[in-house]
Amino acid sequence: MTDQGMACAETSLRRRAARPQLSLALCLLLLGLITVFSVTVGSRSLSLDTILQSICAFDPQNDEHLVVWSLRLPRLLIALLAGAALGVSGAIMQAITRNPLAEPGLLGVNAGAAAAVILAISLGGLTSMHQYVWWGFVGAGLAGAAVFLVGRGRAGSASPLRLVLVGAALSIALGSLTGIVVINAPTSALDDFRNWSAGALDGRDMDVVAVLGCCVAVGLLMCTTIASSLNAIALGDELSRALGADLRQVLVLACIAIMLLAGSATAAAGPIGFIGLMAPHLARHLTGPDQRWILLFSGLVAALLLLVADIIGRLISAPSEVAAGIVTTLVGGPVFLFIIRRFRAGSP
Amino acid sequence: MKQLRSAAAGADFDVIRLGPASLRYRRRSLYVCGVLILAVTALAVLLLGTGSLSLKPVDVFTSLTGTGSNPVADRVLFQIRLPRVLTALLVGGALGASGAVFQSVSRNALGSPDIVGFTTGAATGAIVQILLFDAGALQTSLAAVLSGLASATLVFLLALKGGRMAVYNLVLSGIGLGAILSGLNTLLLIMGNLDQVASAQLWLAGSLSGRTWSHVWPAAIGVCVVLPFILAHARQLALMEMGDETATQLGIPVLRTRLVTILSAVALAAIATAAAGPISLIALAAPQIARRLTASPEVPVLSGALTGMGLLLGADYLVQHVPFGLYMPIGLTTGLLGSLYLLWLILQTDN
Repeated sequence: MTDQGMACAETSLRRRAARPQLSLALCLLLLGLITVFSVTVGSRSLSLDTILQSICAFDPQNDEHLVVWSLRLPRLLIALLAGAALGVSGAIMQAITRNPLAEPGLLGVNAGAAAAVILAISLGGLTSMHQYVWWGFVGAGLAGAAVFLVGRGRAGSASPLRLVLVGAALSIALGSLTGIVVINAPTSALDDFRNWSAGALDGRDMDVVAVLGCCVAVGLLMCTTIASSLNAIALGDELSRALGADLRQVLVLACIAIMLLAGSATAAAGPIGFIGLMAPHLARHLTGPDQRWILLFSGLVAALLLLVADIIGRLISAPSEVAAGIVTTLVGGPVFLFIIRRFRAGSP
Repeated sequence: MKQLRSAAAGADFDVIRLGPASLRYRRRSLYVCGVLILAVTALAVLLLGTGSLSLKPVDVFTSLTGTGSNPVADRVLFQIRLPRVLTALLVGGALGASGAVFQSVSRNALGSPDIVGFTTGAATGAIVQILLFDAGALQTSLAAVLSGLASATLVFLLALKGGRMAVYNLVLSGIGLGAILSGLNTLLLIMGNLDQVASAQLWLAGSLSGRTWSHVWPAAIGVCVVLPFILAHARQLALMEMGDETATQLGIPVLRTRLVTILSAVALAAIATAAAGPISLIALAAPQIARRLTASPEVPVLSGALTGMGLLLGADYLVQHVPFGLYMPIGLTTGLLGSLYLLWLILQTDN
């Protein structure tokens, strides 16, 4: 190689190494700006002063302070937490299955939550979002646990393909069950259910935020312990074993983390598809193949996407709203198409 | 005709030679296909005898051969049950073969007509027709097929880059477009009038009831035209699973084969959707089940089609025997049954 070639290779290496930090700073800055923006916009615009005041010196008599605490903040926190949870769990799912099509919903959590909610609506006669949320948690948890236990195999061997197949099969079974219940239930149940299934972020209170926060915190903590092993797993079963990764343990931890993250996000915000699938691909474009960076960026990008989707949904047809889950796919889809066309996909 | 039994130790295939032409087949695949054909035939006869006028297999047989003495049974069989069973056979077969191609092309066990956005696109067309134009059954299925084909074409155009079409790009484009369309579907279903939404849900659940010969003939002609293309390319498809470079070195025109097979597979999915609405899971489960039954590395086109037929007929039989007056739409029943069977199969084959 000529000297010039060496120099070129070196600069490109350095540029590659410098890129994640720069992108990270940009992402955080963007996230901060949009976070502030999201608290101010809504059917009633609030000034930054009012918001700061309501946080520093809360006055229960002031309407605007109440709006901030009971509507805007829970909504913001749900968007951030659920978005990050979906993004990180999507990245883990794609890493452990080595399948770029995998998404957190494949562990059955979306289908489980939906089935539990429709059963609660049609058999239990529930009608309010507060009540659905807890059924969502139960359904997501049960389905995730079932997929994990069945997918783990009798010999205790850890096969990602098996996990994906079991997850897909159980999701379809639960999805069909949901459809059959919807068709046999009275149309009012269909009305309630279609609103839940759009994936909206409004009407949740701080209780939901607290539970979601705890689940996400534990889930993210588990992710940090397996992040570096995911790099070894990307090389294949044999190589990763040779590099000293404990496949079984990583798979167990990853499954529990995905269950906590995606399950709580789905329960709290309804089935929001696509973000968990899209965010890791965007993250890979930003950072390259290192899984630790991909996990971090998937979380950030996904939180950003869900927050922006929620804001767009609030503004686009004010005073009524379009659910964030719909906006994510309608706006995120074209962006995703543009990105994969513009840049040659590097990995898988 | 000369039959050669492979002499190599451990080889499990036979070859039939007829002059310059030769056909090589795996013994186990042949047996599995034979058993599947028997099972499908048995299910079909059972279904033909099922209904408010129940018929014994012997009566079904005599009526079908035109030697029956019961004109009522003849009319019920030829005007109601036979079209329904034949539609089920064609739809199940088309979906099974289509899924086999998609799983081979995408090299992914989760491959189905959905990865090129077909199913979601078809749903969009149907929902728009039902919700915005209050259209009847014929317009709905026509709109579904056209919009499904349009979205598949769009995905191809998005994935083509410099005369090449990488599988990764195809799959990602399909996901992107599918996501946009599913967002649109949810939006339409939320904004729509509740009664129309309920009837859209019914269409989305798929149906085999009320099928007539006007459903059977177009589907039969379509399947007969399209399926040979896939069968002719099955071996190339199997070789392409080794990677585009290797396949090119072996002399396979990769892009052409991929286009021909995917277009044929999309056409099969379109035929099935036009005849019965969206029937879930068969395209996903049938090839997987067939592959496990035949234990063969070939693309399970024929065995997948036969498995698909069996699954759909089995589901139809079950639907007609549901207790408590529950309405079980066929499309969702196949989803429930097929996925439970897939789960059982996965549990059996430990890894």
